[in-house]
Amino acid sequence: MGKFKNHILVCLGTGCRASQSEEIIRNFKTALEENDLENDVQIVGTGCFGFCEKGPVIKMVPDNTFYVLVNPEDANEIVLEHIVKGRKVERLLYVDPETKKHVSDSKHMGFYKKQIRIALRNCGFINPENIDEYIARDGYAALGSVISEMTPQEAINVVKDSELRGRGGGGFPTGLKWELTKKSNSDQKYVVCNADEGDPGAFMDRSILEGDPHSVLEAMAICGYCIGANVGVIYIRAEYPLAIQRLKIAIQQARDYGLLGNEILGSKFNFDIEIRYGAGAFVCGEETALIHSMEGLRGEPTVKPPFPAVSGYKGKPTNVNNVETFANIPPIFLKGSSWFKTIGNEKSKGTKVFALAGKVNNVGLIEVPMGTTLREVIFDIGGGIKDGKKFKAVQTGGPSGGCLTEKHLDTPIDYDNLIASGSMMGSGGMVVLDEDDCMVDVARFYLDFTVEESCGKCAPCRIGNKRMNEMLEKITMGKGEEDDIIRLKNLANVIKDTSLCGLGQTSPNPVLSTMDNFMHEYVAHVHDKKCPAKQCKALMQYSIDPNKCVGCTLCSRVCPVDAISGERKEPHKINAALCIKCGACMEKCKFGAISLS
Amino acid sequence: MEKINIIIDDKQVAVEPGTTVLHAARLIGIKIPTLCYMKLDDLNFENKPGGCRICVVEIEGRRNLAPACKTECTAGMKVKTNTIRVINSRRTVLELILSNHPAECLICAKSGDCELQSLAHKLGIREIHYQGEKSKFKGDKSPSIIREMEKCVMCRRCETACNEVQTVGVLSAINRGFNSVVAPAFEMDFDKTTCTYCGQCVAVCPTGALTERDLTWRVIEALVNPEKTVVVQTAPAVRAALGEAFGMEPGTLVTGKMTAALRKLGFNYVFDTDFAADLTIMEEGTEILDRLSKFLKGDKDVKLPILTSCCPGWVNFLEHNFPELKDVPSTAKSPQQMFGAIAKSYFADKLGIKREDMIVVSVMPCLAKKYESMRPEFSVNGDPDVNISISTRELAQLIRNANIDFNSLPDEDFDSPLGASTGAAVIFGTTGGVIEAAVRSAYELFTKKQLPKLDFEELRGLEGIRQATIDFDGTPINIGIAHGLGNARKLLDDLKAGKCSFHAIEIMACPGGCIGGGGQPYHHGNVEILRKRQSALYIEDKNKPLRKSHENPFIVQLYDEFLGKPLEHKAHELLHTHYFDKKKKIIIE
Repeated sequence: MGKFKNHILVCLGTGCRASQSEEIIRNFKTALEENDLENDVQIVGTGCFGFCEKGPVIKMVPDNTFYVLVNPEDANEIVLEHIVKGRKVERLLYVDPETKKHVSDSKHMGFYKKQIRIALRNCGFINPENIDEYIARDGYAALGSVISEMTPQEAINVVKDSELRGRGGGGFPTGLKWELTKKSNSDQKYVVCNADEGDPGAFMDRSILEGDPHSVLEAMAICGYCIGANVGVIYIRAEYPLAIQRLKIAIQQARDYGLLGNEILGSKFNFDIEIRYGAGAFVCGEETALIHSMEGLRGEPTVKPPFPAVSGYKGKPTNVNNVETFANIPPIFLKGSSWFKTIGNEKSKGTKVFALAGKVNNVGLIEVPMGTTLREVIFDIGGGIKDGKKFKAVQTGGPSGGCLTEKHLDTPIDYDNLIASGSMMGSGGMVVLDEDDCMVDVARFYLDFTVEESCGKCAPCRIGNKRMNEMLEKITMGKGEEDDIIRLKNLANVIKDTSLCGLGQTSPNPVLSTMDNFMHEYVAHVHDKKCPAKQCKALMQYSIDPNKCVGCTLCSRVCPVDAISGERKEPHKINAALCIKCGACMEKCKFGAISLS
Repeated sequence: MEKINIIIDDKQVAVEPGTTVLHAARLIGIKIPTLCYMKLDDLNFENKPGGCRICVVEIEGRRNLAPACKTECTAGMKVKTNTIRVINSRRTVLELILSNHPAECLICAKSGDCELQSLAHKLGIREIHYQGEKSKFKGDKSPSIIREMEKCVMCRRCETACNEVQTVGVLSAINRGFNSVVAPAFEMDFDKTTCTYCGQCVAVCPTGALTERDLTWRVIEALVNPEKTVVVQTAPAVRAALGEAFGMEPGTLVTGKMTAALRKLGFNYVFDTDFAADLTIMEEGTEILDRLSKFLKGDKDVKLPILTSCCPGWVNFLEHNFPELKDVPSTAKSPQQMFGAIAKSYFADKLGIKREDMIVVSVMPCLAKKYESMRPEFSVNGDPDVNISISTRELAQLIRNANIDFNSLPDEDFDSPLGASTGAAVIFGTTGGVIEAAVRSAYELFTKKQLPKLDFEELRGLEGIRQATIDFDGTPINIGIAHGLGNARKLLDDLKAGKCSFHAIEIMACPGGCIGGGGQPYHHGNVEILRKRQSALYIEDKNKPLRKSHENPFIVQLYDEFLGKPLEHKAHELLHTHYFDKKKKIIIE
């Protein structure tokens, strides 16, 4: 980081950018210029720090002061106080929710304490648009040593020995996948990076590409060397413009440095990378669908075998790995597979990145060792449930995953445990639900997504998910019949059992897991016509407590359908048959006389 | 290679590597139901997207059920095809498909011939437990084909036929999820696309989503109109397939019964397109000889090879895809149109009626013929040479409608003079037949010698592209044959690239030729049916007293009395046409 004495690292991840972090940078520049500090202090726009809940976040180097919830107006004060006077701006420091004390170094924050960053190692540390910063952190050293010191098989053995498993969700052993592709004889092979991250709320891959694009490029080149491919393709959804822009810059810089292109690092190995855009179809994250989309065909999966390792892109052997999988590769070569295996648990090694979202205090991007428990993630890192509410469930694995409950909180997170508990790792979405969430409605929410994203090729997914969604809708509308629960369960099991690809085989998971763990909520909706979480409006009724109502008439005036009647200064009444449950009356009532039950 | 042993429903079976579970099961008498799957051996048609999930089976050691049509046998595999899990899944999936299907069986064109209906019957579905919204799509009423896509089950067979077999590329899956359907791009109507109306999509559709434009009512209206003389012509391939519609064995020739039925229906004259096929040979054969003689004399400008032009689907394909070759095919009209032109001139004159007072109905194995009959160049002052073109299936419908017990009808003969034909005309109905008929006449006219043998086995068969060299008494004539438009495309690409050494090429749009036409009784994936229809036509040819078109006495009479000589003025005016460049026709609205 050159001649500068100080560095200000400003998060330029998508979330912080949306909260004006670019303006923060501009204000910093002005403030530095005004104080003649532009040659002493460097501003670095970095990738995601992960602590999105408190964004925009900035970090002062070398003293590692971590400022949270920074506004553009704060830039001047930070320069004057922190840089000029050497005093921390206390009001922008993170406050530990328990001790209520300011914490200035992120290492001591609950959010970061239990995290180990391998895939995200450079996110928030380097300027992703400057290859030198990546190289300064040992970037491309792994590629160099692989090309110059190892045969392809030796390199594959390192990956195999690390026991790295695919981070896209399936958990297939990465080294084995490389070996299978290597063994397929062909004049042409391809390395494909699956950056079609499609789970709602998931931004693991996007953050890696935005914050550390070179780690993926380097890994793809290593993979190309191992399997005998000279073309790499990154399939990325077009909705990720920032990631695309940074990838383009990174690819060009790598070419300029001779790290991509012909005769890489003076060897005989040629490898270059191109980018393909996806239109944002969730199913295109499935590797055969992804390959079809890359070929310009309709994005729909085909039955495997043949696997892409045998016949993939353009019918040639193709190795498809997810972004996060690739991001793990360079550290495995730099630090060794035995180092990698010290992290994680027995069957799942290394770390996993999760996008922690929902009713949790610290929403953000986290990376934890495999084997960390859900409790540690939700309560230690996530800081517990928002507003002191009660934890109800956590949805892992996105729309394909399931809901895990209190009883699973101490289950160590790994591929196999999550499946055994009725959910899955998926690509790493993690949505925390509290007592206010209706589990039938949650299942319906995920089905809305799957119905939208089904490609339509196979009948159970195309029609079955639609029917499941309709049944859930019926139940949340209070129109469920006794048979519906049994029918729904049968339908969910058949869709899971008969669908062509992973999307359909997992789309019933939210239904099945909520049925397994929250059957009483289904029964309450269907049998008692009640929503225990008070979320399903159709099952709720607004009523006026005659003891609290003073007859001010405000409610009856605001009611859009004239469902409220009553004499002035007399308690009013709601006609349930007319009420459309808009809630306007309850909002307006100054006496707390209107309630929902 | 060594065979693989697998166990299906506790029975052991040894199969060749690469065999699917579906086929292995069939070998031991286990018929796993299918819906989307269809394979036509030798015709390059294999549709197995694994999409309908009806053929799912349980395989020991696998987490999910597997589609039998897509799963290859591996050594030691243990398969169960009828466990409660399999049966429940299969029925549930079928209920789902039915839940998104209009329950209009009573008034569906496909009723009684619908694979979805049969499947529901086979699985004994009595209740659909999963009801909900049904998908809605834009309808399409083209001149030949009706699309009612609410009935589509996304089997993708039409897509395979249109893209892989025919390489027409009009149909593909569009939209996502529940709204998925097979349609032309942007759900354009067929008439705005490069659709050739070959009807192969209709021929393979398991349901009523794709059917022919039904013109039976227009035929009935014509028949009851006392002011009109109604003349019918029947194409050669119809007689080899119509019987199937009345429960007869495929390949049963019903020429006589068909003629009787048409007469019972009330047609004033029952004629034969075969007559016009003989006429086609006179014109096309003469044209071949004309070009060939010029070529052999060293004329460099002559267009060779000559391409046959009987098939309207193929003509559409050429106009859309190879307009630069539009001067290459023979200018001879198709037999259907030659018949119309002669009926409304020569025969109307004989009867002393105006052409407007004559209605020509054609019965064709073909859906493209409907469109062809509507081409403006085939009408005089707005009066089309052929007024109504119906398919074999529609004729069967008319016969049933008229309470005619088809199976017990006595054989009757065609009317004279436009009902007489030779064996050469009969084989127009199969791939290779037109060119064989042309060779029989061209040989004798060219060499002035009698053919030593009439059966050209080298031109027969079902292989997609065939070639043979026929010795024209010392002059070797190279013949090419293609059926299925994908095969035609290969030959045309060669032709364009100058890699073609043929003198004459026969092209038929439909796999198998007209016997496999889009208007024929449905084959439901049984390619044997096409083979039987084919041999039926060769048998009829063999049994005909005359087997060379130029020997048809009524053809000779027609030229003497009316036309003069082939290719000359009157013949040219009535029996020849020209082709259009339709490449830029695609309009996106």
